[in-house]
Amino acid sequence: MSTVEPVVRRPMRGKELVLLVLALALGIGAFANVALRTLGELPEDFYVYSAVWAGLALVAHVVLRIRAPFADQVLLPVAVALNGIGLAAIYRYDVARHLQDRSSDLARGQLTMSALAIVLACVLVFVLRDHRALRRTTYTAMILGLLLILLPLVPHIGTSINGAQIWIRVAGFSFQPAEVAKIVLAVFFAGYLVTNRDTLALAGRKVLGLQLPRLRDLGPILLVWAASLGVLVFENDLGTSILFFGLFVAMLYVATERFSWVVLGVGLLAAAAVFAATTVPHVQQRVEAWLHPFDDAVYNQTPGGSGQLVQGLFAMANGGLFGTGWGNDYPLLTPYSYSDFIYTMLGEQLGLTGLLGILALYILFVERGLRTALGVRDGFGKLLACGLAFTVALQLFVVVGGITRIIPLTGLTLPFVAQGGSSVLANWLIVALLLRVSDNARRPSALPVRGTVGKGGIVASVGAPQVLEAVDSAGEPDVAPAAAPIRVGAGEPRPARAVGSAGADDAGTQLTEVVRPGGGPLPSGGPPVPPPPAPPERPDRHPVDEPGEPQQRDQPDQPERADDDEEGRA
Amino acid sequence: MNVPIRRVASLVLLMIVALMVSTTVIQYFHAGTLDADGRNKRATYDEYGRFRGPIIIAGDPVASSTPVDDPYGYQRKYADGKMNAAVTGFFSIVNGTSGLERTENDYLNGTADDLWFDRLTSLFTGAQPQGSSVELTIDPKAQKAAWDALGDQRGAVVAIEPSTGKILALVSKPSYDPNDLATHDYAAANEAYQALVSPDNDQRPLINRAIGGDQYPPGSTFKLITSAAALQSGDYTPETVIPAPTTYTLPGTSTVTENYGGEVCSPTGEQTLADALRMSCNTAFEGLGVKLGDDALRDQAEAFGFDQKLSIPLTVTPSRFPPDDDKGASSPARTALSAIGQGDVRATPLQMAMVSAAIANDGTLMSPELVQTVRNPDLDVVSQMSPKKLGRPISTATAGDLTSMMENVVENGTGTTAQMPGIKVAGKTGTAETGVDGESPHAWFTSFAPADDPQVAVAVVVEHGGSAGSEATGGRVAAPVAKAVMQAVIDG
Repeated sequence: MSTVEPVVRRPMRGKELVLLVLALALGIGAFANVALRTLGELPEDFYVYSAVWAGLALVAHVVLRIRAPFADQVLLPVAVALNGIGLAAIYRYDVARHLQDRSSDLARGQLTMSALAIVLACVLVFVLRDHRALRRTTYTAMILGLLLILLPLVPHIGTSINGAQIWIRVAGFSFQPAEVAKIVLAVFFAGYLVTNRDTLALAGRKVLGLQLPRLRDLGPILLVWAASLGVLVFENDLGTSILFFGLFVAMLYVATERFSWVVLGVGLLAAAAVFAATTVPHVQQRVEAWLHPFDDAVYNQTPGGSGQLVQGLFAMANGGLFGTGWGNDYPLLTPYSYSDFIYTMLGEQLGLTGLLGILALYILFVERGLRTALGVRDGFGKLLACGLAFTVALQLFVVVGGITRIIPLTGLTLPFVAQGGSSVLANWLIVALLLRVSDNARRPSALPVRGTVGKGGIVASVGAPQVLEAVDSAGEPDVAPAAAPIRVGAGEPRPARAVGSAGADDAGTQLTEVVRPGGGPLPSGGPPVPPPPAPPERPDRHPVDEPGEPQQRDQPDQPERADDDEEGRA
Repeated sequence: MNVPIRRVASLVLLMIVALMVSTTVIQYFHAGTLDADGRNKRATYDEYGRFRGPIIIAGDPVASSTPVDDPYGYQRKYADGKMNAAVTGFFSIVNGTSGLERTENDYLNGTADDLWFDRLTSLFTGAQPQGSSVELTIDPKAQKAAWDALGDQRGAVVAIEPSTGKILALVSKPSYDPNDLATHDYAAANEAYQALVSPDNDQRPLINRAIGGDQYPPGSTFKLITSAAALQSGDYTPETVIPAPTTYTLPGTSTVTENYGGEVCSPTGEQTLADALRMSCNTAFEGLGVKLGDDALRDQAEAFGFDQKLSIPLTVTPSRFPPDDDKGASSPARTALSAIGQGDVRATPLQMAMVSAAIANDGTLMSPELVQTVRNPDLDVVSQMSPKKLGRPISTATAGDLTSMMENVVENGTGTTAQMPGIKVAGKTGTAETGVDGESPHAWFTSFAPADDPQVAVAVVVEHGGSAGSEATGGRVAAPVAKAVMQAVIDG
């Protein structure tokens, strides 16, 4: 076994830069195409807007270089590409309206919101030095999530738009809190599940071969779940409830590794679906519109008919294999072609080829997110990254599945693409969190690298460069949130510092990026560094889960591995 | 947790692949059906969004597309819309298309097969495909004269150049303004259309009376065909003396028919064929028709174009001679009525103009045509009208005989009101009973001029006698209109 110790240089993120240029070319090229085709010339502020857009992307790139140099290099370009395509499509809609002497200024608003979102994402990456800091906000997140979900029901603030009571309007700005709530809930689920996964998985009785958890373990989760589903039924927003529910089931499954949760969850969903489809009138209409969209009676019914769906299908059909090209479509025929039905607008202009490309971009994004979940060492990070990536995928599936008639239509926005400030903001925050987690996942660890520890004999410890100093919690609170852990929800079964070694709560520690000069390069974007065999410092949490683990080793000098409960399976 | 994460990754991949499949199904496999769905307005928008070629009369566009800022891109506008509506028809987003806008659609919107080269060029140059212009045979002066001469009366006028079949004028009244129907304001367009087709609107302005609708009994103008059949039989000359009683009892019935106003055709009870035509003696022609027989009359009528499909390229409703069926249609009584253009005979003004035109053209009937030239946007000729023979219903000799007989009608017969100074006019009047008690007869006149060098053949019908009402005759009401049109053509 080699004992060579290569030294890592901070990656220059050159790959990301190249991909960013391509992503920018995609969006700005589309913008120019739309303008030239419909107006015959570039709009006055074409260069200003393009420069702003490119500048935003480059700022994000630079922030990553500084603050998250090891982060995944594909996520940002994919998000920029999707957002840029969306902006061009929304601009196309504006132009179509203007040509009819009707006002529409959605693209400018969307660009503003995208800019704000990217800036906020940068701030998040800049400020949040370690995603594990979020774990301490678990119960704050629960309360915040509940508040966000409930907000639209508050009189005077909540607004109903198109029958869905999912908006709040404050000082002239309207906002869809559910979009942000999904992130906050993912944080809560991750924090809660990583602490309680074992009790959820193991304590409780078996019924019909299904391991049922104890009710008291389920309490907080049931609260959030019931609240989200119940309230969303009152808020009339089917899509968001499916999204929350799916997120919840997926994260529960990943945390407990119990397939029974999936069976239970899908069973509940199916029961709820059958119940809603047979009793709730507006869901009944949705199902009818899904099954028989071309019936004249269903088509002509307003509201609740299939008119919009069918018009969207017409748009896609008109696009055919290669599309009409930017600006040659009929964006005004399909209601909400700039938001809920932007997929059909893109399908008309870019054709099947374009849509498959866009779906491929989503695959890339989501799989990169999930790879981050695989690569990161701590359980909280795994759950968070997996949950966030899955939200994007599930939202995509609910939207596009509804439009292409795999499932009934529900109102959700296409991530990054559809018009909507809340949606853009939330999705860019997801990008920021995924980048932050992936930076941690790929950041070379200061820990000794596992060589032969696992079951399978020798694992070559390539890239085991250890350049980072572990700073003890007591030593240097490098990051603002690192101090004073927040303790919400007294009486939670969290062992905190009572168990294990010093700094068992990872929040107290922080990695600083000290690069050893003259070191060898780390293959950027390559496979994550194999996690080191840090032992679980809370033995009570892993009675069965990690049978192959070596016995607990006390490593008081490596407190940052506190949550690293996955190494045996990585 | 990595095993379930990997499973989630597989699930996510599966979900997105499912989306790829469903998208492919819609955009590839179902695209054709979806494109063809009537609720999909894209085909219409494509059609209406293209620059549409103009319809041109003598260099001036009477229907043209101008760019507008709405989803359709172009607004169709009509100059002298009402006057030319019977020719142009309308092109409406809401109400569809009619007239030449419909029949020449492929040329006007640039999708005709002949235009493949232009489409190929525009594919490479990136230029938007443009429609071709359609130039008409209409003579604007004749058209205007016909329109003005009809005045407020209902009816129709058709003028043809006998030697070529070019249609010089085609007017139907009452008319409508195609601009009202072509507006992109959906509500206004719909309202305008509903007003035109409303059952309360007994004017029925959308009907092109010149070539279709319910047609008219041709009345005495049909005696030209009966005369032609007689002359063609070889048994008659214009000077052949035929019975011309004061009254005529239809064979096999007790129905007694008489001449217009009960007048006596001839004190002797018989007269020459030429005189019978000049005076438009019903009893004489009834007897002649029965003698010639139903088949001879039908054959002659069909040779002139009755019962034939015709496209000019507007679709012409075939004029009808009662068919030889088992319902007693060809009984001698029926034949007698047919011979004077009553009974079940129906004709369009175009058909009667064709009769005159064939006589004027030495017996050769030319195919009537409205479209002179089609030019692509580069003004290259795509299609050019060439005169086509439709048939030869009568011999040159018969044509000559009929010409002299018709000249007599105008010189000192029923059609003196069509006389033009210094120009010989050949014509025939008609005053057709509608068969409904209390309704004034339709006034007819068909003619050509100059008789020795025909430049124009005309047919005019004025419904229910027009302004003259029950006092109307073809000579009094319709002949002046024909005269105005002929004058306009001859004066050039």
